[in-house]
Amino acid sequence: MRLQFILGEVINGLRRNSTMALSVVLVTFVSLTFVGSAALIQTQIGQLQDDWYGKVEVSIFLCPTDSVSEQCAQGEATPAQEDAILAVLETGAVADLVEKVTYESKEEAYDNFVARADSSLTQYLTADQMQASFRVKLVDPSQFETVADATQGLSGVESVKDQREIFDNLFAFLNAATIVAAGLAAVMLLTAVLLITTTVRLSALSRKRETTIMKMVGSSRTLIQLPFMLEGAVAATTGAILATLALWFGVQYLVQDWLSSSVGWVDYVTGDDVLAIAPWLVVIAFGLAASASLMTLGRYTRA
Amino acid sequence: MIRLENVSKVYSRGARPALEGIDVEIERGDFVFLVGSSGSGKSTFLKLILREERPTGGDVYVAGRHLNRLTSWRVPHLRREIGAVFQDFRLLPNKTVYQNVAFALQVIGKGRRDIEATVPEMLELVGLAGKERRMPHELSGGEQQRVAIARAFVNRPPILLCDEPTGNLDPGTSVGIMRLLDRINRTGTTVMMATHDDEIVDQMRKRVIELKGGHLVRDQDRGVYGLERA
Repeated sequence: MRLQFILGEVINGLRRNSTMALSVVLVTFVSLTFVGSAALIQTQIGQLQDDWYGKVEVSIFLCPTDSVSEQCAQGEATPAQEDAILAVLETGAVADLVEKVTYESKEEAYDNFVARADSSLTQYLTADQMQASFRVKLVDPSQFETVADATQGLSGVESVKDQREIFDNLFAFLNAATIVAAGLAAVMLLTAVLLITTTVRLSALSRKRETTIMKMVGSSRTLIQLPFMLEGAVAATTGAILATLALWFGVQYLVQDWLSSSVGWVDYVTGDDVLAIAPWLVVIAFGLAASASLMTLGRYTRA
Repeated sequence: MIRLENVSKVYSRGARPALEGIDVEIERGDFVFLVGSSGSGKSTFLKLILREERPTGGDVYVAGRHLNRLTSWRVPHLRREIGAVFQDFRLLPNKTVYQNVAFALQVIGKGRRDIEATVPEMLELVGLAGKERRMPHELSGGEQQRVAIARAFVNRPPILLCDEPTGNLDPGTSVGIMRLLDRINRTGTTVMMATHDDEIVDQMRKRVIELKGGHLVRDQDRGVYGLERA
């Protein structure tokens, strides 16, 4: 009986206030789409970092024949210098951080470059103009600084480069996009809270007569307030479900179908990632509605 | 059933007290008129019993509960022991007579079977049998007040509080309402009625409590409305 009564009141309330309810649905929908986008961008960044940082290496470039760098004033790195560098990496202070060291000679560098670049660029290039290097794979890619510090000053080393730098711009862009999405989400969520507050207040005022009688005949406060709270919650949760659907379709059709086929070498977020954040979106929506209703109802339906 | 001990009520600091030093005891099954001019404290008196207001001083006991110590989440239980009837009926305009009475049971969690058994019985008692499906605006003022009384009494509360129940009704109709209240009182229900209607008070010859400027000036068995006229 009570459940039936509450559900009846909720449906009545939504019908009576349908335009307000719809606006709550839409505002929560848009705001949670932004929240979800921010979360998905962060998931994507995490995935890329896991994926790419595992592959990247630290390159220790050795002095070539005619370097302009001060470090290489003595000319090309000698085999003795190379051995000293290798010793630091394999048995020295940073040995624990290093997973594997490979040596790339001038000739190998030349071959690799020729294989990648087109012939018009390579026809005047000789192996002697290339630079030998150590390619160091780290156990933990974030330990780059330590390895760089240990090798930077060694004689025969021209420069130490972290390949992660290549991705830093991309990640900086994605992080900025996250901040923009989160910022918009915050503004929209605030709007949603205000709108839910107004909706619940209107609803409570339009049913003042009923609630007065309910208080008079001894209806519990829960039964008086629950329909209003559920009204807000139903509208907000609908918005959350719409946001989930929008994100899912977005990921499925824009990212998986379109982006994957044009830029295929990246491991993109999937529909599963959307489903993983969906419960959080619903929790946010429900929490917003509940807190907004509580703040309002305290004033309008007090015993 | 209802006991006020040295009760006073001040709404805002420094203002004249709405009630001061009130001592009243009303037994189960009593019929009591609460009389006095506007601003005499009648409304405050009723609000204290319903615990819409708390006393500033003194103690209020209703239906075995010490209202000063009653937590707000227990107030609904108190209200189920008190039926309330008002001058302006307070019916829901979009519900039928039957639905208006049933509403009072629905919202305190009574089951459908219970409601279907009790509501027709109550409408019969107040003399509205056959008008279950009418809307409030199709009824006369007296009939509307009967619906309100049915709603207040459908849960069989031991106390019925009536605030000027005949205030909007003509004298003939008022007599019918008073007969109904008298019948309800005879079932053992304590009835307390605030009123301005001197004819009714004089006719009924029940206990009269008179307030003046927040003070209790008379508590008389089988009294009449105004002493000076008696």
